[in-house]
Amino acid sequence: MNELWFALILCVSSMIAGLLGALSGLGGGVVIVPLLTIAFHVDIHYAIGASLVSVIATSSGAAAAYVREGFSNIRVGMFLEIATTLGALFGAWLTTRIPTHAIGIVFGVVLLYSAWASLKQRHGAVTENPDPLALRLKLKGTLPEDDEIRTYVAQRIPAGFGLMTLAGALSGLLGIGSGAVKVLAMDQAMRLPFKVSTTTSNFMIGVTAAASAGLYWRSGYMAPSLVMPVMLGVLIGSLMGSRLLVKAEVRTLKRVFSLVIVALGVEMIVSSLTRK
Amino acid sequence: MQWTDKRIETLVGIMLRTGVTIAATVVLAGGVLFLAQNRGPRANFHQFHGEPPQLLSLSGIAHGVATGDARSIIMLGILLLIATPVARVGMCILGFAEERDKLYAAISSFVMAILLYSLIFHK
Repeated sequence: MNELWFALILCVSSMIAGLLGALSGLGGGVVIVPLLTIAFHVDIHYAIGASLVSVIATSSGAAAAYVREGFSNIRVGMFLEIATTLGALFGAWLTTRIPTHAIGIVFGVVLLYSAWASLKQRHGAVTENPDPLALRLKLKGTLPEDDEIRTYVAQRIPAGFGLMTLAGALSGLLGIGSGAVKVLAMDQAMRLPFKVSTTTSNFMIGVTAAASAGLYWRSGYMAPSLVMPVMLGVLIGSLMGSRLLVKAEVRTLKRVFSLVIVALGVEMIVSSLTRK
Repeated sequence: MQWTDKRIETLVGIMLRTGVTIAATVVLAGGVLFLAQNRGPRANFHQFHGEPPQLLSLSGIAHGVATGDARSIIMLGILLLIATPVARVGMCILGFAEERDKLYAAISSFVMAILLYSLIFHK
């Protein structure tokens, strides 16, 4: 296979990954690494380098649409980015030190979790007594709901902060956006409204990924001829996906995509265990 | 015009989109050049062997871009893309400072410090 064909096939595959990622809400990044390692036999270090770049591109590319919706909360995002960027530094450092098969196993487990989390029923935000720490940090906002403006205040800040550090570490370790863990931290731990959690998470993904990008770059994980088709493909696919999202019925698609992700997760764990 | 959270977010959204458009254009330009120059068998990514040192420093990439090296042009696009969220944090520092929100100007500055540490000083 020469360079041109390799680039074209990679670009189209990445486009499909980005499209499905956007439609299912799981993000394209989560399937790029298994796609590259399983289907194209790319070393996992190059794969996570290309994936991380794609994650930054999708996060930034989708931002304008999210801003228009007006649900994201910049204070919540910025405060929690302290946790995700510190976590990402640690994760990226770890990835240069642990063996390849260990990265593969962690990746497989995260894939299984992401699939499970995407299918689970989300719950409505429960109003408890306002957390005094949240009020001091101004972690609150308003949200239009059924013709009235609802006020929300974040709960359980330490739990959310801790989970965000984990999200950052996984992002740095695996080159993914770890949107599933970020949403878990905001929606489940901090009891923020679901729409606020998902849109704020998208904003945070780019900043989190930028924190590990420097180390990836200088460790030689970013191979230009591999990153180029993957990044452009994922970007085009996810932009198409976010346009289609308004019209498409996503429930069935989400189930199918989750099954694909479960299969990829199992494959990554098994092959990592047997290859050693 | 009064600085509000909404205005910061709108500016941030525009900036992110502009950044990603510029970065993708540079990567595409480098990619077209790369594919025009390299018609032979493709590089091997089965084993990790890192990247050549000239692609791992700003000065090396700048020199490569000046001499029309396709890989360096793609790397420049990637670095522009990485710079986009960093610029977003910078814009939030300014916005919060204009809003006279000292706490969040400080929090944003701290996030910026972590990012700059990672990009410039780490390793």
